[in-house]
Amino acid sequence: MHEYSIVQALYDSVMTHASARGAAGTVQEVRVRIGALSGVDGGLLDTAWRTFRVRTPCENAEMVVETVAPAWECPACRLAAPALGVRRCTTCGGPLHLTEGDEIVLDRIVMEVP
Amino acid sequence: MCDSCGCGDTNLVPLEVQQRILSDNERTATHNRHHFLERGLLAINVMGSPGAGKTAVLEATARALAGRRQIGALAGDLATDNDATRLNAAGVRAESITTGSACHLDAAMVHHALHHLAWHDLDYLFIENVGNLVCPAVYDLGQAANVVLLAVTEGEDKPLKYPVMFRKADLVLISKVDLLPYLPEISLERIVASLREVMPEPNYIAVSAKTGQGIEPWLGWLQQQEPAHASGATPHAHAHTHEHDHV
Repeated sequence: MHEYSIVQALYDSVMTHASARGAAGTVQEVRVRIGALSGVDGGLLDTAWRTFRVRTPCENAEMVVETVAPAWECPACRLAAPALGVRRCTTCGGPLHLTEGDEIVLDRIVMEVP
Repeated sequence: MCDSCGCGDTNLVPLEVQQRILSDNERTATHNRHHFLERGLLAINVMGSPGAGKTAVLEATARALAGRRQIGALAGDLATDNDATRLNAAGVRAESITTGSACHLDAAMVHHALHHLAWHDLDYLFIENVGNLVCPAVYDLGQAANVVLLAVTEGEDKPLKYPVMFRKADLVLISKVDLLPYLPEISLERIVASLREVMPEPNYIAVSAKTGQGIEPWLGWLQQQEPAHASGATPHAHAHTHEHDHV
């Protein structure tokens, strides 16, 4: 259950950005982008966030998780590949590359500014 | 405050960030990697389920490389330093990383542990991660390569169940193959077929720490990964700011 450790890093990042904005207000929303092959579970991340945010400036901040489906492509043929099956290009036989679906990103914060 | 009508409502301001959440860990991992590269040290992140045979394979590796390569290890576990004790007995210069409740190692734990291990003259540093096929895959430690152990007793479809871990493997060691004669329902071919569905470049070696099968090819693979020893490289003065105490 590494989602608590991810949330710790997320919270630190949110507070760094909020402080840099110079706002004494509170954070209302945290939007994250999580790849389906990132190794992080969006539901568990939200649960961890709800536990972690208590008695912090993020206490009222809802987490919005955008899940990114894996996308594979052959770097030589530039052809998209199906999500499942053998991870080789059906045209040239070369190894496929994951073009998206492994991201763990803080996209946006919505803050209350007095 | 809302300045248009003086109602007292606060303004909601969106702030676009677009930042990787683990960027701090990635910075520390890059720092570790820099240390390893300037010393010409090959660092390997060894991952796998609890009981996959990580420590046993490292013991066999140390025995096979005795007198040829200087080997060190950081052994991560929730509790006990049993693995480090075993590795030390096998001739590995090993240090424990006891994580308490943490299910994985991160780059800061590795960095911290390096201060307790004489690692500068090592050829190989094996970072034996906490036994777990989920969490360790998420954290870069500064390693040159990921090696994942998969024991034949774990089931042929294990790679399909844990695709994130196996996708990140540069090499899979299919371990405990000496048990295959006793497991008629398990086929090495079907294990490899599962690997092909999650790994674009499925490199694997079937090994047995008990019989020594596969150990020579494994040593050959390690040798191929060795960084060129940078002659005249200036050792890092270690003047950076640490985010942790040096205990």
